[in-house]
Amino acid sequence: MRRLSIAESLREGIAEEMRRDSAVFCLGEDIAVPGGWGGAFTVTLGLEQEFSDRMLNTPIAELGFFGAAVGAAIMGMRPIVDVQYGDFLFLAMDQIVNNAAKLRYMSGGDIKVPMVMRAPIGATGRGSQHAQSMERYFTGVPGIKVVAVSNAYDAKGVLKSAVRDDNPVLIFEHKLLYGSKGARTEPGAVDATSEVPDGDYTVPLDRAEVRREGSHVTILAWLLMLHEALRAADRLRAEGIDVEVIDVRSLSPIDYDTIGESVRKTGRVVIVEEGPKSGGVSAEIAAGVTERFPEFLLQPVARVASADVPVPFTPILENAYRPDADRIVAAVRNVLRD
Amino acid sequence: MKPSPASDTRTTPDVVDRYERPFLLDLYEQMVLIREFEEGVKFLFLEGSMPGTIHQCQGQEATAVGVCAALDEGDFITSTFRGHGHALAKGLTIEELLFELFGAVTGCCKGKGGSMHVGNMAKGMVPGIAIVAGGVPLASGMALAFKMRKEPNVVVCFFGDGAVAEGAFHEGVNLAAIWDLPVLFVCENNQYGASTRVDQVMRNPRIADRAAAYGFKGQTVDGNDVLAVYEAAKSAVHECRSGRGPFLLELLTYRRTGHSRRDACHYQPQAERDAWFARDPIDHLGRRLIERGLAEQAELEQIRSRIESRFQAAVQSAREQALPTVEDLTTDVLA
Repeated sequence: MRRLSIAESLREGIAEEMRRDSAVFCLGEDIAVPGGWGGAFTVTLGLEQEFSDRMLNTPIAELGFFGAAVGAAIMGMRPIVDVQYGDFLFLAMDQIVNNAAKLRYMSGGDIKVPMVMRAPIGATGRGSQHAQSMERYFTGVPGIKVVAVSNAYDAKGVLKSAVRDDNPVLIFEHKLLYGSKGARTEPGAVDATSEVPDGDYTVPLDRAEVRREGSHVTILAWLLMLHEALRAADRLRAEGIDVEVIDVRSLSPIDYDTIGESVRKTGRVVIVEEGPKSGGVSAEIAAGVTERFPEFLLQPVARVASADVPVPFTPILENAYRPDADRIVAAVRNVLRD
Repeated sequence: MKPSPASDTRTTPDVVDRYERPFLLDLYEQMVLIREFEEGVKFLFLEGSMPGTIHQCQGQEATAVGVCAALDEGDFITSTFRGHGHALAKGLTIEELLFELFGAVTGCCKGKGGSMHVGNMAKGMVPGIAIVAGGVPLASGMALAFKMRKEPNVVVCFFGDGAVAEGAFHEGVNLAAIWDLPVLFVCENNQYGASTRVDQVMRNPRIADRAAAYGFKGQTVDGNDVLAVYEAAKSAVHECRSGRGPFLLELLTYRRTGHSRRDACHYQPQAERDAWFARDPIDHLGRRLIERGLAEQAELEQIRSRIESRFQAAVQSAREQALPTVEDLTTDVLA
């Protein structure tokens, strides 16, 4: 079986969906310029050759082209909107939150908004406005689904499910996990490649996935932090601590079935998130776990997250900002302290 | 501020001779329908029968009616928080609108939208987008869908003078321009964005001029002359349908009523109000029809009283409609 990077598997997934359904099209900045980059992270590289009429290069106008995507979707097209950096989603907030998320409800169910939004996130030495983890601003919006893909197999399968879903779906991807090559290689990139089968397959949008089984502690994480959690789990195994690592993957809705099975087994939960600690998705999951499984928790749910500061530039501070395997290991030891 | 409608677009009285009597009477009746609906709703609201808020369009009837009369089946409109007139002109019924304003489950949005979000996709109207200019990129995207599927339809995007200050206006019209999208952008310039006069918020008050900056055509028209509006819209829609790109139609008009509920319009100078009220769109067409011998005063009065009866019957019915149940709270969020 082929081993693909996230960028490659997304590229395949997008192409296969466009071949399958002529209503699918892509729009975004620099996504399909002949001789260009295929988007900032190479995901759409070369797709304009096969799909010249369905790869639209937009002006720098996120509010405009996200709104256009909503408009096209309510008329039955299935757009995939590419935002160059997740940080630019804020420019499109009105169209996402006030239009995409609400048109179905306020029309009394008359309207569907089958649009996919894709956003690269995470700290990568570019400074605070190109570095945020902004899942939290969207997981609290009724009317949109939010997912985060941590490996190439999931990326392709989730992308396909999102395209086929009749709702707005926001897919968060991580800049350090794309495996982009050549001039677009990211320093500090982490291997998120997977074996990807030939042929069509999908990954459900609303499920978490156990990546590593264990019985002492449950770690919940997603995107880059999932990979850090797996590294922490390897180190802890050497100390005889057996950690279960779950890729949350669906950030809205949260898969409490999968998470609950683990909580009942271990009774101890550590949630790892790259965004700032206050007001994050991990706060929501912590509340949700505590409400649903109070009798199984042997310790309060713990969170490991970034500092409550804008993302700094200089590497020594960026590394201090963001959780790493050391901090995850410390948090696991802490929930085992009794 | 004195009214200064684009006098080069004002039609002469003999324009009515170009049209059949039924068509002209239909335009008249549609405008009266909007006026009677809005006046009736205003009363219901002030008497406390109706929940929520309202943003009404008395005085602006010719814009909605003139533009919608120029559309074909399959064309769509987007609207704003001030959408009752657009809805009636596009073909929504008194009942589906009124029931929605009463919050009934039989309303056009099953009671989940309300006054600012009335619409009906089967009749070619997207629920009103209440965020100023929020419908502009949406309309461009809808037109993009028509173009990609090679369908001959156009989208009319209604918005007010206040909307042109928003970034969404700029971004939305630019997309339509660069991709030659079949959108007719219709600016209902009623001289005020809420309570703020248009000359306070832009140096160049001729909004149609902006089209040139984006590389397409614009025109300013007397928005209280329904035949001038109709003719300009017909020509603009033809341009858009031909694939030559969008068009910006600025319609100069005036709001006879408050921005929203309980607004007594003290910011509108009396002389200005008097001058605009003297150019009421319904009276204007009515006088012309009479002058040219196409209708009699009694006939026009009958139209008005027939509509008033229809409205009152709809109010009776509205008071008896079922409301949504608590189970309806959580439906229609996701497909």
